Formats: sequence, structure tokens, C-alpha cells
Amino acid sequence: MKIVIEPGRGASHYWRDLWQYRELMSFLAWRDIAVRYKQTAIGLAWAILRPALTLLVFVAFRRMAGLQQVERPDVIVVLAAVLPWQFFSSALLETSNSLIGNTSLISKVYFPRLIVPIAAVATAFADFVVTLMLLALLMPWYGIAPGRELMALPFLIALTAALALGLGLLLAALTVKYRDFRYAVPFLVQLWLFVSPVAFETSQVPERWRAVYALNPLVGVIDGFRWAIFGGGTAFDRMTIVSSAIATLLSVLVGLWYFRRTERGFADAI
Amino acid sequence: MISVEGLGKKYRLRHRAESHSYDTVRDALTRAAAQPLRWFSSNGSSTTTDDFWALRNVSFEVSRGEVVGIIGRNGAGKSTLLKILSRITEPTAGRITLEGRVASLLEIGTGFHPELTGRENIYLNGAILGMTRAEIRRNFDSIVAFAEVERFLDTPVKRYSSGMYLRLAFAVAAHLEPDILVIDEVLAVGDAEFQRKSLGKMHEVSRGGRTVLFVSHNMAAVQSLCGTTIWLDRGEVAASGPTAEVIPKYLQDAHAVDRDLDRPVPLGTTLEIRGFRLTPNPVISGDPLQFSLVIAATAAVKLAEVAVLLYSALETRVAVIDLRSAGLPIRLEAGQQWRAEGSIANVSLVEGDYRLGLFVNSTDFAGDVDEIVELAVQARHRDGLVPYAAAHRGFVELDVRIDA
Repeated sequence: MKIVIEPGRGASHYWRDLWQYRELMSFLAWRDIAVRYKQTAIGLAWAILRPALTLLVFVAFRRMAGLQQVERPDVIVVLAAVLPWQFFSSALLETSNSLIGNTSLISKVYFPRLIVPIAAVATAFADFVVTLMLLALLMPWYGIAPGRELMALPFLIALTAALALGLGLLLAALTVKYRDFRYAVPFLVQLWLFVSPVAFETSQVPERWRAVYALNPLVGVIDGFRWAIFGGGTAFDRMTIVSSAIATLLSVLVGLWYFRRTERGFADAI
Repeated sequence: MISVEGLGKKYRLRHRAESHSYDTVRDALTRAAAQPLRWFSSNGSSTTTDDFWALRNVSFEVSRGEVVGIIGRNGAGKSTLLKILSRITEPTAGRITLEGRVASLLEIGTGFHPELTGRENIYLNGAILGMTRAEIRRNFDSIVAFAEVERFLDTPVKRYSSGMYLRLAFAVAAHLEPDILVIDEVLAVGDAEFQRKSLGKMHEVSRGGRTVLFVSHNMAAVQSLCGTTIWLDRGEVAASGPTAEVIPKYLQDAHAVDRDLDRPVPLGTTLEIRGFRLTPNPVISGDPLQFSLVIAATAAVKLAEVAVLLYSALETRVAVIDLRSAGLPIRLEAGQQWRAEGSIANVSLVEGDYRLGLFVNSTDFAGDVDEIVELAVQARHRDGLVPYAAAHRGFVELDVRIDA
């Protein structure tokens, strides 16, 4: 094996290196999962408790605000949105903080830095898999039988993960240089919740605003989740998913571009 | 094996950002706003940034199986060089070619997680250092035995003593099997026992035909481990070649300022030290040392007692040389000198920097004068055993013979 180190040359073996370091990536994800609930009294139950409590609050909110609809169980309507939302938001937050959370690794060891944010998404995904059990329990309880639309779920999950990764790459790289993003990102995520159809449904948004609303890439994802879980019985504008897919592709491209461009300076800047 | 050509690394220093290690968006915006104004300013260049070459035009070659020491003062660019070789940071200029698998050890225990158990950390740290899962599994027992942590394998490392933690961290690192090993000052930590063990392991590694680049301040370790040494000074290669030639050059340079008395040192109003010389300086531990001392009088005075005081670098008095037998007491008239010359049969001092002062008792001046000249004592090169770090060996190098 021959390695050449030159200014600007870092790119040459990058993807090969990324493949070689895949084991480290799984170790980092495993570490974050293993450490996550250590020294907590209820451990993994936190992964269920958080979406469950969010679910309760939103269901109560809908009841009070009169947003409740009769034709479908409200709990499932909300849960179908809370799950992708929590996956997306925790993946985005963890990815953004992943580089500065691994400062000692980055300043002391070489590896393709991309594995750090990817491992962060994997960690959030592990939590998400646990929360899916909540859905598996509640669906039969409310008598919802999944249709073949459920087959679209893996695609929607992949879309959510890619969107979080793309934006996360950009934010993680920016956070290395500008620590402002450490404070800005949680705030951004909080605002994003209010403009996403989690506590309400897209059909409750005024008709003339829908086209603008679909610019929020989470609209397509969340509507897609609801559509997949209710077996197609809900209104689902296919254009929103196209808009989500385009936004995801853009964010991955921009995120990757900026990350790769600034990556070689991480060790000096962090 | 390793070829470095014209390597350079430039850092941009921002003077006003010294207290912050990172920027804020506000800084970037204000700078951007100031930019158009800067185009019109007469000097053109920014007053807030400054280019600093941490390394400049560094070239060297290392062949397979060579163990190379890298020495130099703090800030000479040693760590930057290692960081570039380990691909943590990119060079600004030049080219490096490495043949083989590189592992770098800029710190031991990188990535250790306090919440994880010893067992889990071995796997994690191994992966971080570039070992495959299979390699770690194969070496697992040997790592545990080396670290002596069998009983605590399933205890979170946050409950470990600092010694156990270090041993475990070093044990993982010591089982790396790269073609090229790059090591920074990892031996500067831990107790004497740990240092002994890790130096021993380093010896094993260096004899195992591996190419090693070893940065250290511990000249004794460099002397005993490295055949070749590169001395970096202010980012450039000041000297390179056989260790036995480079280290004396480095020591000579490091002490050049205080080696000899460059101007007379007054003792009160009538006496002054005109000469105070030690030869050779640096001296090798156990070798003879010549000394000469000249004290002159500018007016009539009676010089009763003189003694040379020897201090360690940490200002502990180590020895005195009583000079009362060198024709003292003596009456000196204006312009007359008193001279003492002699030798020490063997300088049985542990390597390091020592400072010499004088105790003087005269009718004009009585008292101590500290730190007049410096004496550098170098380690005696021995085959076989790696000596403990000088800091652990006290001051006196006894001439010991072990018979059984």
C-alpha cells in the first residue's frame, strides 16, 4: 500500500478509505448506542417514553383545538407523524454535534471524517427502530390493518435519514468553524416542528398555501408515513414527496460538497 | 519507505482571536464587511492575520526498519510533522510518500469512553487506531495480560485508577502491527513502572524490523532507541544523521547562551568573576570534567572562602566543590587575580541540565551567587537495558556492578 500526502491530495483515496474504515463507523455507532442509556434507571424505556409523551401532548392539543377527526383514530394519526419527526430531529441534532463531540478523535487520529456524521445517523436510527415497536403495538389495538402501502415505509425512512444526513453534514462542518450553530440548530429544529404537519394534518392547511407548504421537505415525508400506515385511505399529494426527494438530494449534495471542502481543515479548526 | 520532500505547513494566525479557539458568525460578517474597505487601504495586507510556517522545506528519507528520533524544542514543528504524517492535517507544500500501513499514536487512549468497560474499550480503541476486529480478537488476551487488568475487564474504565487506565491504553497501542509507526511523546506520562514497561515494549517494536518515527524530549530514550535522529528547529531541519552526532549538536545549541561567562559577574564592589569554564560541556555522565575559575579584585580585598555550588534544573542543591584548599585565604591588591583549576574524576550525575553558582566569603562580599553557568550532562549510551527516564533517577549515577 502506497500513500501519497500532498496539498489538496486528500481526495484521491477518499472513498476507498471510507470503505476500509466501515468497521470504525459501526464501532462508533455501537459506542453511542451502548453509552446512551448507561447509568439511567429506566434505560431503553426512554426511547419509547419520549415519543409516547409527545404523542399524548399532541393528542390532547388536537382535542382542545378541535383538530380531531372522526374517521381515523387520532392516536395513530399523530404517532405516524411523531415517529419520523423524532427520527429526523434527533438525527439532525446528533449529526450537527457529531464532529465537535469527537474532537479528540479528529485531532489525534486519521479516518475519513464522513464516518462520524454517518455513525450519528445510525445511532438515531437505532432509537427509531425501538420506537417503531410502539406503532406495532398500537396499530392492532386501534384495529388498523396495514395494506401494501406499508411497503413504502423503508423508502420513506431512507428519505428521512438522507435528509437529516445531508443537512447534518452541512451543519456539522459549519459548527466546527462557527460554534453559533450549536445554539442555532436546536432552535431551528424547534421551529421546524411547528411548521411540520405533526400535531395537525396537511389537509388542515388552507388549500392556497399547500404549494408553498410542500417546500418543507418534511411535509412529503410525514404525509407519506400517514398514507403508508393507513393503507392509502388518506389524502396524499404525490407532488409533496417529489418535492421532498428533490430537497433531500439537494441537501445531500450541498452537505457533501461543503463537508468535503472543509474536512481537511477540521483538525486545525476544531 | 518514507520520503518527505520540501514539506511545509502554514498556519494563519489571527492576533485578535487569540483568546477564542473558534470563530463566530459575527466575526465572519464583520470581516466580510471590512473587506471592501481593506481594498482601498494603502498597505493592502491585513493587520489581523499573520502567516506562520510551522514547517518549512523539510526533507528527509527513512528506509525500512529504521527507527528515527525527532527532537527539537517546543514549537519546533515536531507535532505538526507527525500530524501531517498521520494525515490528520494537510501540508501546505511538499510531498510525502509512505509505503505500507501507517499507524500513529499521538496520544494513548484516544477515544476511550469512560462509561464503557475495559473489554469494550479495547475493541473501540483498537478500531480507532486502525486494527480490524479480527486483529483485536487475536491480540485480546495478550493486551489484557500486558495491561494487567484481567479482574476489571467488565468494569467501566471510569472506575479504573489512572495507572490502570494508562496501562490499558498503552497495551492496545502496543499491539498495533503497522509497517510504519508514528509516536509522539507517549512515554512522558505515567509512573516509573509504566515508563519502564512502555520503553521496553518500544525496544521490542524497534527491534522487530518496523519503521518507527519517535518524537521525544527524553534524550536518553532517543539515544537508546533510535539509530538516526532528525533535529527540527523553528520548522526546519537543523541537523539529521546518526543519533550520536545529532544529539550533542542539539544540546550544544540549546545551551549555547549560558555555556560560558560572556561578561564579568560582579561580587560586591571590589570583586568580580572573570572566568568560569567547564570542559567538556556537555559532559557525558561518568566522564571527567575540568573546571577553571578566575576571580579578580578591583581594590584591595581579602578573599577568605570560595565554593562552587551545583544545582539541579529544579534548583535543588546537588553538590558543592570546596575551593578553600586552592590557596585561600588570600590578600588581593587592585588588579590581582585568584585562579582555581581542577577536575572532577567522574561526573556521576544523571543526565540533565545543572546550574552552577558560587559561595564567596570576603571582606567585601559574603554570600551565594546563583546560576552563573550551566552544565549539561548527557546520558551514557548503554547497550541492552533502556534506562528509566532521568526524572525518576534522582541526581546521582552510581557506578554499580551486579555480580549475581
